[in-house]
Amino acid sequence: MGIRNIIGKEVRELLTPQTLIPIVIVAVILAMMGGVIGNIGEEVTQRPVIGVVDQDEGELSQIAESVLGATARVVHSGTDVAEGLRRTGEGGGVALLVFPPDFSEKILEGEPGTIEIHWIMRGLGMMDSISAAPVEGLIAAVNQAITVTLFEGNVPLNPEVILHPTTRSDTTLVKGKTISGVPPSAIANTLMSQSTMIPILVMMLMMMAGSTVISSMGLEKENKTLETLLTMPVSRSSIVTGKIVGSAAVGLVMAFIYMLGFSFYMRSFQVGAIDLGKYGLALGVLDYLLVGVSIFLALLAGLALCIVLGTFARDYRSAQTLLFPITAMAMIPMFLIMFKDFATVSLGLKTVLFLIPFSHPMMAMRALMFDEYPLVLGGIAYSAVFSAVVIAMAVRIFKSDRLLTGGTPRRQRAARARRRTP
Amino acid sequence: MQAVEVRDLRKDYGAQKAVQGISFDVREGEIFGLIGPNGAGKTTTLRIVSTLLSMTSGSVRVFGHDVTTESDAVRRILSYLPEEAGAYRNLTGRAYLEFIARFFGNGEKVREMVERGVEIADLGERINDKISTLSKGMTRRLLVGRALMTDPKLAVLDEPTSGLDVINAREIRGIIRNSTKGGRAVLLSSHNMLEVELLCDRIALIHEGRIVEAGSPAELKGKYAAGNIEDVFAEVVKWASATS
Repeated sequence: MGIRNIIGKEVRELLTPQTLIPIVIVAVILAMMGGVIGNIGEEVTQRPVIGVVDQDEGELSQIAESVLGATARVVHSGTDVAEGLRRTGEGGGVALLVFPPDFSEKILEGEPGTIEIHWIMRGLGMMDSISAAPVEGLIAAVNQAITVTLFEGNVPLNPEVILHPTTRSDTTLVKGKTISGVPPSAIANTLMSQSTMIPILVMMLMMMAGSTVISSMGLEKENKTLETLLTMPVSRSSIVTGKIVGSAAVGLVMAFIYMLGFSFYMRSFQVGAIDLGKYGLALGVLDYLLVGVSIFLALLAGLALCIVLGTFARDYRSAQTLLFPITAMAMIPMFLIMFKDFATVSLGLKTVLFLIPFSHPMMAMRALMFDEYPLVLGGIAYSAVFSAVVIAMAVRIFKSDRLLTGGTPRRQRAARARRRTP
Repeated sequence: MQAVEVRDLRKDYGAQKAVQGISFDVREGEIFGLIGPNGAGKTTTLRIVSTLLSMTSGSVRVFGHDVTTESDAVRRILSYLPEEAGAYRNLTGRAYLEFIARFFGNGEKVREMVERGVEIADLGERINDKISTLSKGMTRRLLVGRALMTDPKLAVLDEPTSGLDVINAREIRGIIRNSTKGGRAVLLSSHNMLEVELLCDRIALIHEGRIVEAGSPAELKGKYAAGNIEDVFAEVVKWASATS
């Protein structure tokens, strides 16, 4: 009986709407993310979608075209590169394969023919480059078919050319920018720091600063210092601002220490990185300023939210539980942005990402590289409005009775008041 | 000018009526005590006077300032000591006093306030120790020092000697008594009837959110032919319970 009594008490105390609702929300979001990642898996196993431009119209390019027609879903076939890019992009293709005018001629003269691959990269998440992998298989199939043709025709060529009849030149089209000589995998690898480190940094910043401010509210209540603080000759907005700024400073120091270690860890993945500045992807002073503003506003929004959540805290322990919604709000965009690009997720997830203020600094650096200013400025404006509304809400709560009487239903509050008021 | 003017004060927590139309004045230089059984509405009243809670209706003025519309002005001249107050456990006693003093001034004024607080707390060298290492009684002395070091025009003290032993409580009562010099006023609540009798110039007995009796300890003892305030309290509560 005793143990049942204790278990019952623990369950009643720990299983509250405050603890349950965030978990349900996270479960729903994870299920949605599972759907996104599942779709990517399907893309890999399906036939790749491509366009073909045959400017050669020679024997070998015709063979290549027929191989591609059999192994891929060709959404465009023509001779004009610009039109091919447009139509392949519209058709959801991942690459346009161009066979230049001298393709067959060069091979038959004993030089490898060049296949120009124009990659159409839609996003910069880790999962966005996976769709390009099957195209590599198509090139191998084309090579094999040409090799067989050369063997069967007894063409007197250097065996090296017969075995490897083509070379490739990569051009990647990504978010309106053309990056010549670089395949999508190299771009994705180089941008890994933006894809991984920035979201993790923002998440750590939110969790550490958020934990500090929520704990501070819990401790004020547990140590019974809040009543005294509220009778000091200082405005409620100063108390709220002081708590936010103090916690932000502590959070920044903690996140900096954490990221210092993490950046050394991430350097090991930077092999084969390209110089982004060479391709016009470097950030300017204004861009860094916008990233800074975005981080600041997200931090402000997060901490204001923590202050509001902290008013629900009864003590230090309950304050830790209240951090869960903030953790969930930081982790959802972190995983989404690491694996997918804002441009490549569904409308529902786009909405979720935009509404969570922490998403914006996670996306800002990558977006600014590709001149997506509307997304960054929109995020900044939204975060500013979100912060202002939540800070106003926090000040309003600090001006109300709720901090001392609690946020419980009226009947419970009245009962508590009866017990506590001597 | 009255130090505190409370008129027809009402406070509801939903359906629960914690304070039901009480009125009283605290004069300058006076110690006024609110006494009553648990749940009578004493702490709610003190919290409203201290600008911590809003009122449902009525008015409260502190040295002429309305607690609702001029709360900042009230907080500058008032000091509130809650019954279950605590202090920041990671600070030393002196650092805590400095933290509070900086809300009321800077430079030399802060130093003077802190020295006064250190003197009232009378913790010796322990004032430099972390608050987490102080006993309950020591912490209470520190909090009394904190409340009175700013030389407030009105000190609102909820059970000021709660947790103190007899000797310490006696000393603190002396400090409270001295604090009313120069027109300062004290509004306190206490369960300790002896304390109320020794300390207060006038008292009001609250029962179920209403003031059922008020007067000086001597007047009340005479009216109820009682030997002490405890007997007056028991008599009044018994009568109020029977008639409510």
